[in-house]
Amino acid sequence: MAVVRLRAPLKDLAGGNSELRLPGASVGEVLRALEGEHPRTMGWVLDEQGRIRRHVGVFVNGERTREDAPLTPDDVVHVLPAITGG
Amino acid sequence: MTELLVGTRKGLFVLEGEPGSPFEVATRAFPGNVVEFATRDPRTGRYFASVTSGFYGPRLMYTNDPAGEWEHASTLALPEDTGASIERIWVVGTGEADGVLYAGIDPAALFESRDGGLTWELNRGLWDHPTRPKWQPGAGGLCLHSIATWPGDPLKLALGISAVGVWLSEDGGATWRHGNQDLVPRYMPEEAREGTIDLCVHNLHRAPALPERIFMQFHGGVYRSDDSGETWNDIAVGLPSDFGFPIVGDPTDPDSAYVIPMVADLDRVTIDGRVRVYETRDAGESWKERGDGLPQQDAYLTILRQAFGSTGEGETMELYFGATSGQVFGSGDAGASWVSVADRLAPVTSVRVA
Repeated sequence: MAVVRLRAPLKDLAGGNSELRLPGASVGEVLRALEGEHPRTMGWVLDEQGRIRRHVGVFVNGERTREDAPLTPDDVVHVLPAITGG
Repeated sequence: MTELLVGTRKGLFVLEGEPGSPFEVATRAFPGNVVEFATRDPRTGRYFASVTSGFYGPRLMYTNDPAGEWEHASTLALPEDTGASIERIWVVGTGEADGVLYAGIDPAALFESRDGGLTWELNRGLWDHPTRPKWQPGAGGLCLHSIATWPGDPLKLALGISAVGVWLSEDGGATWRHGNQDLVPRYMPEEAREGTIDLCVHNLHRAPALPERIFMQFHGGVYRSDDSGETWNDIAVGLPSDFGFPIVGDPTDPDSAYVIPMVADLDRVTIDGRVRVYETRDAGESWKERGDGLPQQDAYLTILRQAFGSTGEGETMELYFGATSGQVFGSGDAGASWVSVADRLAPVTSVRVA
């Protein structure tokens, strides 16, 4: 299972967990697993169509990625607000 | 005491005070998020707030105590088969049937709740309308911002969508048709106006005491319909400008409407640095300036479409509006005099009396 690291406010919505181990073979599956385990995160990272929101940055092992990127159990996924607005 | 729900670019402010006096901030919720709209259902006492995070997207939140915990109405989401996502939630309003509420969103969709706002379902009649591929957004997006119910008849609805005009239903939203006759989109070339559906409605107000009457602030034009939104009459003569966003009325007087004129679409501020509300009590035959107590010098304010609210009726009707400057003004005497209710909030997106 990949490691998913969260910051506020997602951390708060995930029961105060800043790090979770979640199942899934792709970034999208892992983020759906996050919603399943912590329903208050529903709609925050993925929109209704399962796409990562435009102003959310999801990184796998330091590389920014999209929802269809494959994952291995050793991967570390960071979810953070994108640097937008200047 | 009056409770005001002020949506801003930096959260929801709940203000409390007496009509005609400055108010105090009782609660601030959703700091750091845009609150596009907030309202309270008087039937249940439940509060609703449209909250948009610049990062994490839009969501509808509800609570019975605005100072307490808010819940996410997570079923207000576009189904997978639409292939679309909600950009903004523009308005929430009560329906005529028990427990029914409506929500209008960008991209031009109507949602309905039958359980007091806890769960929501997309209105398919509007979403699947065959003209949808031709719909074009206004500057604020493809926004469904006005939902005018018909007092006592849950089957009759009128919607305002920018920039796709007025939509009417007589079957509770199962089917929809246009109600745009005689609207003049001066922002289009003359030869392109005939039959266009690119109609930028800014706000609708149905007169509850005479429901076939609807007032409209248009993108350059103020109109009145006396036939339930089928045809429209220009009533802007007598106003210093026919551009503005919100329009409200006295619920007991079907001849009443209030607008806040701004210079024009290319200069969306109050005219000549003076903040003035205009009132008609003869259905638009004439307009009276209502600026006593409002800034009359060097005041270039923008008042957005949801930022004008009212409560009560007659000579003691309370009126409140907010500006993108962060000021909120109020009147406790139907607009005869005004005071500053709050001076230094964040840019105001909506004002409603709880």
